[in-house]
Amino acid sequence: MKKFWAVFVARNLEFFRDRSTLIFNLAFPVILILGFAYAFPGAGGTTFKIGTIGGPPAAGSAADVAFLHYKYLQFVSYDASEIPLDRLAHHQLDMVIDFTRNEYYVNEASANGYVLERMLAPGGGTVFSKKTVSGAPIRYVDWVVPGIIGINIMFGSLSGVGFVIVRYRRNGVLKRFKATPLSAFEFVSAQVLSRFFIVAFLSVAIFAGTDLVLHFRMAGSWALLVLVNALAVLCMIALGLVFSSRIRSEEVAGGIMNLITWPMMILSGVFFSLEGTPRAMQIASRAFPITYYIEASRAVMLDGAGFARIAGDIGVLAAMTLVFLAAAAALFKWE
Amino acid sequence: MADSPASVPILEVRDLHKAYGKVKAVEGISFSVREGSCFGILGPNGAGKTTAIEVIETIHEPDSGTILYRGEPVAHSFKENIGIQFQDTSLQEFLTVRETLELFSKLYPDPRPIDEIIASCSLEEFIDRDNRKLSGGQRQRMLLGIALANDPDLLFLDEPTTGLDPHARRNFWRLVDGIKAQGKTVILTTHYMDEAEYLCDDIIVMDHGRIIESGRPRELLLKHFGEAVIRVPKTAVPAGAAFSCPAEAEDGFVAFTCADTDASLRELLAGGVDLSGISVERRNLDDLFLKLTGSGLD
Repeated sequence: MKKFWAVFVARNLEFFRDRSTLIFNLAFPVILILGFAYAFPGAGGTTFKIGTIGGPPAAGSAADVAFLHYKYLQFVSYDASEIPLDRLAHHQLDMVIDFTRNEYYVNEASANGYVLERMLAPGGGTVFSKKTVSGAPIRYVDWVVPGIIGINIMFGSLSGVGFVIVRYRRNGVLKRFKATPLSAFEFVSAQVLSRFFIVAFLSVAIFAGTDLVLHFRMAGSWALLVLVNALAVLCMIALGLVFSSRIRSEEVAGGIMNLITWPMMILSGVFFSLEGTPRAMQIASRAFPITYYIEASRAVMLDGAGFARIAGDIGVLAAMTLVFLAAAAALFKWE
Repeated sequence: MADSPASVPILEVRDLHKAYGKVKAVEGISFSVREGSCFGILGPNGAGKTTAIEVIETIHEPDSGTILYRGEPVAHSFKENIGIQFQDTSLQEFLTVRETLELFSKLYPDPRPIDEIIASCSLEEFIDRDNRKLSGGQRQRMLLGIALANDPDLLFLDEPTTGLDPHARRNFWRLVDGIKAQGKTVILTTHYMDEAEYLCDDIIVMDHGRIIESGRPRELLLKHFGEAVIRVPKTAVPAGAAFSCPAEAEDGFVAFTCADTDASLRELLAGGVDLSGISVERRNLDDLFLKLTGSGLD
């Protein structure tokens, strides 16, 4: 325990005294959140996405309005049993049209919804009657903040564990520790807990700091959100351990990290909804831990979801963590 | 009859082999180290010195061979009995020298008090300085302090003074002298022959992964070169004169290799040699290495 504590304390001192890294880790996500809040004060997204129920209407019928044939609109069909009003509320869809009832739904807080409504009913007249989603409007920044915290967790964990261990291996720090009675397990677990503490501290600081200004929507349980965050941090640290278990070169580590992080950023629905994207892309997104983190934390923050609703996400994150830790333990080498 | 504790070497290496792919870094070396001595492993870069001691330190697995510590095969606890100063090493950054020492001290079950390490390695003047902001000599002293964190019986120093200025080297030698005076055993690799002559009680010379000579430095020099070389101008030696010590012509000089300098000088004088242009010099380990390998140390 004494040895573990000594390495844990030394690693934390090393991190907190490296001011440039500390400032970058704090400033980058804060700037990103504030930037999104400024750029998308109401709703965000660059593509018009319209959910449809039933239909499409017969050609030439009254419901076959010109709107349905406009370019650059993406229609995503849903079963009548699951009208995707939650997606509309969460800005994953900009409008929902129910062809079976000739109704359309918009989110009054959505800028895209406002524009689409004007296109669907120019001058106010259309065969579709209007419905709005109920409940408090959700700003884009409320929707995007779990994703940005997730990105910070991803980079903080992968670089803080992955890069650091590769650097230690390359420059001989690991060799120096290997020459002592310190075991690989003691060393790795100290690194994991140290990075867990650091990333958790940064995540709380970033969230709390930006919440003071932006007052994020928090409909669910703080304890559940903390649990989801803690699991996500552990999972990403474990993934960092896997890729750093044998690599000696920081350049190789950088390449692998890009290989892991970029698909996760693009395919996990961090900034924009994957609604209506190709099915392969949606399937691929299920391979990334950050997808489950974002789903679960959005559900807690925006919908007030309880444990039962996000138990699947928590289960997948926990399982991934165990698999990554087992792989790292099997693969790790001092040199 | 069992060996008495005093006669059992603190370290014994038997037929050690280590290869990296097709490169045979260490090829069947065997030696033993007396407790309380300073044992030098000499050789040029690439001779296999560092590989040999890192295998002995259990940093790398040997391909074959036996390593005995106090007569017993090395066990996991071996790391608690040895101190190591690597040739190249990095430390966790943003820590002071004191914090670095404390970190390593806490990795051992029975560490030496930090204040004793600070005193024995003369770390007082920079003990609270960031470990990245040390001069070469200060850094080596700190690394020596880390190697002493567990108060080891056996200390490995791998080229500890490479890159240091002469003053810093001398200071480091004095620290090693002090460690020897505490009864600790030191295994030193170096390619500085003056360092080996100053510090080492026994040496082995390695080249291409093999031991090509071993013994006490003074005895090896006597064995290969005699006590001294007496050099006189060629014109000072009467034509046809013959002497008991071997003579060799060298660029206008004649070099006599003699076992007894006093007797040889008398013989030369009696033989009519003009000694006014004489020089008497001792051969050193560099000369020995040149003779053994046909190449200089680098």
